[in-house]
Amino acid sequence: MIETRELSKRYGPITAVDGISFRVEPGQVLGFLGPNGAGKSTTMKMIAGFVTPSAGTASVCGFDVEAQPLDAKRQVGYLPEGAPSYGEMRVQAFLEFIADIRGLAGENRRKRLDDTIGRLSLGGVLGQTIDTLSKGFRRRVGLAQAILHDPKVLVLDEPTDGLDPNQKHEVRALINAMARDKTIIVSTHILEEVHAVCNRAIIIARGKILADDTPDKLESRSRYHQAVSLTAPNVAAARDALARLPDVDSVEVDPQDQRITAFPRKGKSIFTAVGDLLKAQGIAVTELQLERGRLDEVFRSVTQAAPRQGAKA
Amino acid sequence: MNPIGILFRRELASYFATPVAYVFIVVYLLLAGVFTFYVGRLYESNQASLQPFFFWHPFLYLFLVPAVSMRLWAEERRSGTVELLLTLPITMWQAVIGKFLAAWAFVGIALVLTFPVWITVNYLGDPDNGVIAASYFGSWLMSGAFLAIGMCFSASTRNQIIAFILTLVVCLAFVLAGFPIVTGLVQDWLPQLIVDGITSLSLWSHFDAIQKGVIDLRDLVYFALMIGFWLYASAVVIELKKAD
Repeated sequence: MIETRELSKRYGPITAVDGISFRVEPGQVLGFLGPNGAGKSTTMKMIAGFVTPSAGTASVCGFDVEAQPLDAKRQVGYLPEGAPSYGEMRVQAFLEFIADIRGLAGENRRKRLDDTIGRLSLGGVLGQTIDTLSKGFRRRVGLAQAILHDPKVLVLDEPTDGLDPNQKHEVRALINAMARDKTIIVSTHILEEVHAVCNRAIIIARGKILADDTPDKLESRSRYHQAVSLTAPNVAAARDALARLPDVDSVEVDPQDQRITAFPRKGKSIFTAVGDLLKAQGIAVTELQLERGRLDEVFRSVTQAAPRQGAKA
Repeated sequence: MNPIGILFRRELASYFATPVAYVFIVVYLLLAGVFTFYVGRLYESNQASLQPFFFWHPFLYLFLVPAVSMRLWAEERRSGTVELLLTLPITMWQAVIGKFLAAWAFVGIALVLTFPVWITVNYLGDPDNGVIAASYFGSWLMSGAFLAIGMCFSASTRNQIIAFILTLVVCLAFVLAGFPIVTGLVQDWLPQLIVDGITSLSLWSHFDAIQKGVIDLRDLVYFALMIGFWLYASAVVIELKKAD
């Protein structure tokens, strides 16, 4: 469980994080979204106990990060931005160092090491120094370090940044596999990731929470939510026919690929009506799709409401 | 195992995982040899004593210890591992002391590797090995004080060159504070009490006392306070600057 109350961080005149309060329960995977410099990383650093808050509190599993730092840190697995690790060390030695300092011992230590190395497929590189690893492997070593002690809480700052699509898929599968009994915060600016791993998303910008909802609900804020898009050989005929439907608010044609999108009036569903209309008027369509809403559009409209400030993330 | 011990092992191993350790040890031994035999004229002095050897240690340390200490925190901050280290379940003190002890042990290893000099004087004559043991101990204590100063400056910047230069300058000041040139300079216009104060802060005078073979409690307390103060300052500086 993670809880923050009015968490704030100021660097001189710049407010990086401005009174953020939220609570994440076990089983939740919270996606932390926001433009660069929004305060995502700073918030995560405060939860992990690296940055001291200017005001407010953060607690992990009931332990206040400032008042009981060691107890709080024991509960957390933290992947800092960029997945730093000691480059001159061999992977095996690095993971053993983390295991020791996390207080793992005996049978449990061996089991946790084997399990983590297996989960992240690090078996083949254990003898290599971390500096010689590819970016993908280095990121995996960082993740291994974070999950090694089987923490109740995981704080992962951009875990898939810089990975290729296959590696991204693997990391997301890993997060999903651990999601059941853990409390997880993942920051990202890849919006498709939110659907892939998160069951809750917080959008933050300029240090403030602007939206806090499930990914589906966030998508429903999009004007594309429940819109119908189609491609038809006769664009003009299809567009005019759609525009005459009573529940259709507006019709747009994408100038690039001639894709037609019909937007419904607020709260109306037009999918069936569009289908009936096309059949009745005999308009041929090559493809027809009900839109769920577009997260990137919601993200833009939420975060660009006010001018950005040069705060560091 | 205690977190300090775990950190100590990792740090010490990391010296030997890179060429840094070997370059340092080779250069240290070479310079120690040159100073002892060519500049200090150990043979020509016709005395079975390591005084010409230990005399140069403060100056050797002046250049070599900052080279060890400069990376202690600057490198952690540059590479971002400081964030990893300080979010592990350890206290700031454990981190500071673990790192310091590893660096101190490393310089200790280099110091121990000068044993051929000791063998040489024992082969050639009959030196007072008690004095030599005290001198080795004093030299190691002094290197600890240099390292503690260096750690503080390493914590205050992520640029290792800056850390090196600042450490060198401050250490130089602490060495020279006991030299007659410096004390003579201020003797005329400062009250004797302050002149004595400056002299008593000097690394040189305390090392000199020990290398004469007299291990006085005051000198031990001086080194303990010196190391303690600079380590404390390091912890404060890291706490302030870690997230910059």
